Amino acid sequence: MKSVLAVCLLLCAFSLWAAAPVPQDEKLEARYRALTSELRCLVCQNESIADSHADLAKDLRNQVRAMLEQGKTDQEIMNYLTARYGDFVRFRPPLKPATVALWFGPFVLMALGGGLLVAYMARRRMRVSNAPLSAGEREKLAALLHGAGDEGKG
Amino acid sequence: MKARYLAPLGIFVLLVVLLWAGLYLNPREVPSPLIDKPAPEFTLPLLHDAGKQIARKDLLGQVTLLNVWASWCDACREEHPLLVELARSGQVPIYGLNYKDAREDALRWLNGLGNPYVASAFDEQGKVGIDYGVYGVPETYVIDREGVIRYKVIGPLTEDSLKNTVLPLIRKLQG
Repeated sequence: MKSVLAVCLLLCAFSLWAAAPVPQDEKLEARYRALTSELRCLVCQNESIADSHADLAKDLRNQVRAMLEQGKTDQEIMNYLTARYGDFVRFRPPLKPATVALWFGPFVLMALGGGLLVAYMARRRMRVSNAPLSAGEREKLAALLHGAGDEGKG
Repeated sequence: MKARYLAPLGIFVLLVVLLWAGLYLNPREVPSPLIDKPAPEFTLPLLHDAGKQIARKDLLGQVTLLNVWASWCDACREEHPLLVELARSGQVPIYGLNYKDAREDALRWLNGLGNPYVASAFDEQGKVGIDYGVYGVPETYVIDREGVIRYKVIGPLTEDSLKNTVLPLIRKLQG
């Protein structure tokens, strides 16, 4: 009984929290977190600037924060950084002629592989068709089965 | 029938070629979007005289090298003798962008190792560095008469890159 009450209270608490208007700071904070985790640190290239301890990452974090506080949009901030560091700074590069292969290459390869597989299976099915065995084949089969059975016994 | 056996071989050869080429790519060298674009504006205090300023317009009218350096950067020490030698040869004026350094340390560094720079801009906060897309000091920009960035070397200059890439480009731009 007690635990049910506790859960109810907890749910109430959550609903209160959800109903409260999100202060401006929190919204900025969320955008800040989203942006910085989308941006690659150029010093340690497999980390986002949110995670990296590199000096440059710290500077770029500060830059992003400052621009957010100035009221810049996410797009403006992204443009600012790609103008300086190129598309490489984004973990998800934009779709443009140079990146078409990057975005669609895997799907093309998958379709190609799938197509080859389907074609192969179809050909294989054709080869193992339901044509009845010829007399010779049936004899061979019987000999094989029979022989195997004998060996099993022996 | 033959194609069935040749196809895997072909794919294998293709993969070998791709991976072989990949071995010689340097993922740390990110192509700069600033190549063939006007060098970003800046106005910074001089390293040697905090009261005076240096700006982008001071570089115009001649082909220049802009070398980003710092006293805390080991690779800068590595390339420094080359810069000193190049400055002595008088082939091209070298400007320095002293990046996120302490003024005292930077001055001591130049006093000890020689100063190849016509002038060094003092970018204490690294803001101009960000505008120039600096991410791995040292970096060296070749800037033409009109102030357009023509080439960028990431990491230390080497005798080889200087002789075979940078200097020929500079001569072409000067010509």
